[in-house]
Amino acid sequence: MSASSLAEGTKPTFAAAPWRERAEEALIPPLVALLVALICGDLLILSYGQSPAAVYRMLLEGTWGNAYGFGQVLYKATTLAFTGLAVSFGLRAGLFNIGGESQLAAGGFAAALTGLVLPAATPLIFALLICMIAAGLAGGVVGAVPAYLKTRFGAHEVIVTIMLNFIVLALLNWFIAGHLHVPETLHTPEIHAGVLPRLADIDSRFHGSAANLALIVAVLVAVAVWFYLFRTRGGYDLRAVGLQPQAAEYGGISVGRVWMRALTFSGVIAGMGGINYVLGYKHYYEDGFASGAGFLGIAVALVGRNHPFGVIIAAFFFATLSQGGLAIHAFVPKQMMDVLQGVVIIAVATAVPEVRRILRSARKRSDA
Amino acid sequence: MISGPASTGEVARGPTARVPAIRMERIEKSFGAIRANRGASVEVMPGEIHALVGENGAGKSTLMRILGGLMKPDSGHVEVNGRDVTGWSTNDAIAAGIGIVHQHFMLVPTLSVAENLVLGCEPKTRGIVLDYKHAADDVRKLSTETGLVIDPERLISDLSVGEAQRVEILKVLFRGARILVLDEPTAVLSPPEVRELWTVLRRLRDKGDTIVLITHRLDEVVEISNTITVMRAGETVARVKTSETTPAEIARLMVGREVSLSAGKRVQPSGRPAGAQPNQGLEARNIIVMGSRGIRVVDGVSFNVRPGEILGIAGVEGNGQTELIEALAGLRPVFAGEILIDGTDITRRSVARRHDAGLSHIPEDRHRRGLILEYTIANNLILGVQKYFSRNGVIDRDRVKENAIRAITSFDIRPPNALLPGRALSGGNQQKVVVAREMGRGFSVLLASQPTRGVDVGAIEFIHQQLLNARTQGKAILLVSAELNEALALSDRVAVMYRGKFAVVMPSAEASEEVLGEYMIGTKKGTAA
Repeated sequence: MSASSLAEGTKPTFAAAPWRERAEEALIPPLVALLVALICGDLLILSYGQSPAAVYRMLLEGTWGNAYGFGQVLYKATTLAFTGLAVSFGLRAGLFNIGGESQLAAGGFAAALTGLVLPAATPLIFALLICMIAAGLAGGVVGAVPAYLKTRFGAHEVIVTIMLNFIVLALLNWFIAGHLHVPETLHTPEIHAGVLPRLADIDSRFHGSAANLALIVAVLVAVAVWFYLFRTRGGYDLRAVGLQPQAAEYGGISVGRVWMRALTFSGVIAGMGGINYVLGYKHYYEDGFASGAGFLGIAVALVGRNHPFGVIIAAFFFATLSQGGLAIHAFVPKQMMDVLQGVVIIAVATAVPEVRRILRSARKRSDA
Repeated sequence: MISGPASTGEVARGPTARVPAIRMERIEKSFGAIRANRGASVEVMPGEIHALVGENGAGKSTLMRILGGLMKPDSGHVEVNGRDVTGWSTNDAIAAGIGIVHQHFMLVPTLSVAENLVLGCEPKTRGIVLDYKHAADDVRKLSTETGLVIDPERLISDLSVGEAQRVEILKVLFRGARILVLDEPTAVLSPPEVRELWTVLRRLRDKGDTIVLITHRLDEVVEISNTITVMRAGETVARVKTSETTPAEIARLMVGREVSLSAGKRVQPSGRPAGAQPNQGLEARNIIVMGSRGIRVVDGVSFNVRPGEILGIAGVEGNGQTELIEALAGLRPVFAGEILIDGTDITRRSVARRHDAGLSHIPEDRHRRGLILEYTIANNLILGVQKYFSRNGVIDRDRVKENAIRAITSFDIRPPNALLPGRALSGGNQQKVVVAREMGRGFSVLLASQPTRGVDVGAIEFIHQQLLNARTQGKAILLVSAELNEALALSDRVAVMYRGKFAVVMPSAEASEEVLGEYMIGTKKGTAA
């Protein structure tokens, strides 16, 4: 009843839910979603008159089964990790950044420009840092525009980021086509400085694959995002705004400032993704290199449940599907993987909350 | 459109054979640990306006939702026009002529009045094409019959709140309702709109319709109703004829005189802390706050609260108390006036900078504002003070933990697990988290808005004690309470807010529920300094 009754042996604790419970809740729902997607995939493959087992075996062999395929998965996962982290960072503050595509392109473009301007003699570590900062800045600028328009005028970030995709991509296209392309192509000359080492340089088995050290950067960014969200005051404020803006406002948090920060840094993260292609793979900026990776980041964030480490796992998953599509191309059309991607997204969006609800109610019943 | 044998509000005539239009007996309904209705009974005769009154959370809306088929009772018995309809569905209720006009409008803003009215039962020509003309004519006819004048061609988005409400009422009538339930219909209306509404309701009653009015405004009850059911804490405590009662008596029944609060023993004001500067505490000068519709919801309120003093604000809810507190807390812009804490002007300061100036705030709505329901108890306990729990921008988890253990122990928060999310706690324990946080930090002025609403008796006692302790420590406390006896028991001085103004400010020792009640319902207009 009152404070005096506390003496009866109730000691405050810091007991998290039992790990088994948490593991169940983290793993079972996505696994169910995956199962649903696999069943749909089976039906699709059967409809093409092929054996699902053979196709899946081929898919795995072509991706995780050999060094080249695995290298390609790593490469594709890197860009998706950046764009997925970008989207999830915005969503944690309750904002939907659909501008990953143009932020990624702007970041890649800035990295290429910087790499072109820097003298070839620049020490690698400095050149890399400067190029990465340039990429992040460019993405951040593209992200800051919708952030400012939202805080200042209440413009909806979804509309503004979508429209900015058109504007930024068209501007970049104009710049490349009109001013800075190698004749007969739509890409810039090769950069002089800031080339990221490839995995193949370290381990020759990866020969031919595009995987490069940008992957390490992506993982570091994921760790940084995790630390920011869950260990810092800024992250506390950001998540508070995403969960309950009115409570955040009551708690003295400036909602507008948090929005500004969240969307800008979402852009920074997406922009940094540009280094994977430009510094790590082709060593030039090519028009249209983002080709959907920005949008796929939305699905990656969704499947990764907006947790930085979940996003990394989801990025690998989508990269596998994408690379696997090429591996099975001879048997079923590559587009089947696109269909499967869509099925996974829908399955995650619908099955995960449903399965979690069932888990919880089952647990409640067993407690009672 | 309406079918079924018991579909109309047909009433057996004759003085002895009158069947009640609504009869609800011993209704029980619980939501988890909260018993919203505990054996509530209501009887409404056909052709009368019946007021269902009670404080917030007394269970009025739950009872009417059960009537409308939106919820099923745990036990009890519901009869409409003599037919047992316990546990029926919304469709059954609509077919039987029950129409509920909700507090929040449920209209499609991009459609016209007529289109909204026919939604779901559109008249068609040749089976597919919508017959707008027919619909508009029907609406016009109903409109003139009832006095609910509205042009059927107008878009909902162009209507004022009062007009939108007329459409809501028309909508239920259009579907054949003969028993109307209106949930707090005047909450959003201006006085002339209220008078129009009364005219319409009287006309409907004279036509033979039955009307149930959910409200907590006593002046309205007295003006419009024929009979009254008073609810308190889920029970129906009285059924009276309006002509045989007084506002003061209804107020007494609503609040429940015999329920004496634990802190009910008036603690006489202690002497002011010696050496207090004259300008210390909270001072408000001529505060004006504009509402969403350009009305002055707070209209020139001035007061001061000295250190070691509790100023209580009583009043029927919706008279500007919420807006006043939000303006003081920095959550709502002040149109005019000045707010000072310990002599420092904070009128234009941000929420965070008001905290720095020594302001603490227990908000009225803990679910929306006071807590982040997904955050752990430990994290909720640092909301608003997070900057003191971080070093170089990184949260100091050891100190967050220490703070949580201290708060959980001294405020007896249960279950005592700092990692539980806020939503897992009962209302009383959630409130303890808020109170622990707001009173656990350094402050000189406390705004306590409905600090014990929806909180169990034990926690009420505890929170009251905390407020009195803070007063003893020389804090200046502004207490807003919808519960008159709470305001009276805790405050040194008590003010009554009526239509955006302080109707009266007097020492609690000189006040009584009867005296304040008259100011609350506006029968006595004061000259508050």
